[in-house]
Amino acid sequence: METGNGSIPIPGWLSMPLLEVNNVVFRAGTRSAPILAGLSLALEAGEVHALLGTNGTGKSTLACLIMGCEGYRPCSGEIRFEGALITDLSIHQRARLGITMAWQEPVRFEGIAVRDYLSLGRAPLDPAPFLEMVGLTPALYLGRMVDKNLSGGERKRIELAAILALDPRLAVLDEPDSGIDMLSIQDVINVINAFRKNGTAVLLVTHREEIAVIADRASQICNGKIICSGYPRNVAAHYKERNCLICNRGECHYV
Amino acid sequence: MSELDELMRALGEAGGNAGVLAAADTAHLAVSGHSIVSSHCVEGLDVDARETWKGISARVVVREGVKLKRPVHLCFGVLHKKGTQEIRMDIKLEQNASADFIAHCIFPNAEKIVHRMNAKVEIGEGAEMRYSEAHYHGLSGGIEVVPKLSVTIGKDGRYYTEFSLVTGRVGRLAIDYAVSAGEDAVAELVTRVFGHADDEVKITEKVVLAGERARGLIKARVAVEDDASAEIRGITEGNAAGSRGHVDCMEIVKDRAVAKAIPLVQVNNPGAKVTHEAAIGSVDKRQLETLMAHGLSPEEAVDVIVKGVLR
Repeated sequence: METGNGSIPIPGWLSMPLLEVNNVVFRAGTRSAPILAGLSLALEAGEVHALLGTNGTGKSTLACLIMGCEGYRPCSGEIRFEGALITDLSIHQRARLGITMAWQEPVRFEGIAVRDYLSLGRAPLDPAPFLEMVGLTPALYLGRMVDKNLSGGERKRIELAAILALDPRLAVLDEPDSGIDMLSIQDVINVINAFRKNGTAVLLVTHREEIAVIADRASQICNGKIICSGYPRNVAAHYKERNCLICNRGECHYV
Repeated sequence: MSELDELMRALGEAGGNAGVLAAADTAHLAVSGHSIVSSHCVEGLDVDARETWKGISARVVVREGVKLKRPVHLCFGVLHKKGTQEIRMDIKLEQNASADFIAHCIFPNAEKIVHRMNAKVEIGEGAEMRYSEAHYHGLSGGIEVVPKLSVTIGKDGRYYTEFSLVTGRVGRLAIDYAVSAGEDAVAELVTRVFGHADDEVKITEKVVLAGERARGLIKARVAVEDDASAEIRGITEGNAAGSRGHVDCMEIVKDRAVAKAIPLVQVNNPGAKVTHEAAIGSVDKRQLETLMAHGLSPEEAVDVIVKGVLR
């Protein structure tokens, strides 16, 4: 297992991170225990960064804080994008800077066809290639509605296609593999590689080692803190061994 | 310009297809005010339409086994600012007949207009009818629309209706539909309305599942903004074994608008099952956030969601 931050290869990335989450503390409502307890994380432009953690460790909360969802403002700490403070910006203001998010369970929309959904928020485009990238046949899906008649897996793929079509600077993908069968995991990997090819940075929240290992870097979150970062295979192994903040006596470290 | 031309121009300006009455293989009946300004029949379809002192009265029959290839277009409008138009329709689809009806209701200049429709529909055994009614109103809101419909569906018959009033002001709308479905029959009633300013929307739709294995769906999609109000009553009775019914009501409320949903489900046979769902409120937060994450402003996102629901 490699140790130390300095051993992580950073191939030609810019010195200023694309995204910086600096010492963020977040509490939900009047809860005394923070969900995020001074969490810090940085993503470089074009980097695919996997975030591993068990249920309830704060992964989705971090995703919502980065996107700026309603009710998700840090109690303290800051979030920067390309060096600019974005903590107080609304979702659409962040989206217009190039940040977007695919929720773990995408919502359904009545009366919006897949064809139109893939063009929302951007200039009209041919949506077919984006559906192909997520393993869907355009002829079968373009005319369908993004409603409850789609299965969970289909809806998820369409959301990923829509995010690809947006061509963002940073895509926050909250468990993109959940609800997608094992045989189709390669489709999710293809999507992440497509983001990489486009130069889009990805914060990839996942439970699956086989997905996490395709990232450039990975971090493990536990109890609202990043407890280790490093090579994805090493972080995944650390995660699989149930090494957590409690086991390591609160020490954050690099693997 | 003839009254028909004016009616068609108004339809075109409202976003409808003004060329619908030109095709020789397409039946139509066009009424402006109290006058029948054009009509055309095709083989297998009988239309007996007469002017009355307040509107028209028409008896329409699709003969046994006839399946009309093209929809029958019904064009009703009042181009003046004031007036009353009463339409009485008696529609019968004989055994195994099939027909689509598309009604265009055009009131672009209404300041004090009353449009009443009183229709009786009889669907014969194995017959199928689709009826869609789209309204094109002006912006003054000085209109009262009162459609009343009674439908009887015979064994294995199918009846689908869709009412849409999403262009212009609603004014005052009071829909009163009642459908009785026989053995293995299917009834589907869909309503889409967008109310603005002080518009009043009242929708009462009732499906009685009278025959064994009859199926019914009442689906209402209503959005109200400003000071508009909406009240939707979806009533389904399951009276026979194997019958299945569902009431699905969604209302989106903006500004100071008020919406009510009153679903009433009644089962009088242990083998029947009727369900209902109703959702009333502002736009769903997760839907809003998802669209904002695509770069849409909150206003643009609400617009996309409301238009989708009413589509």
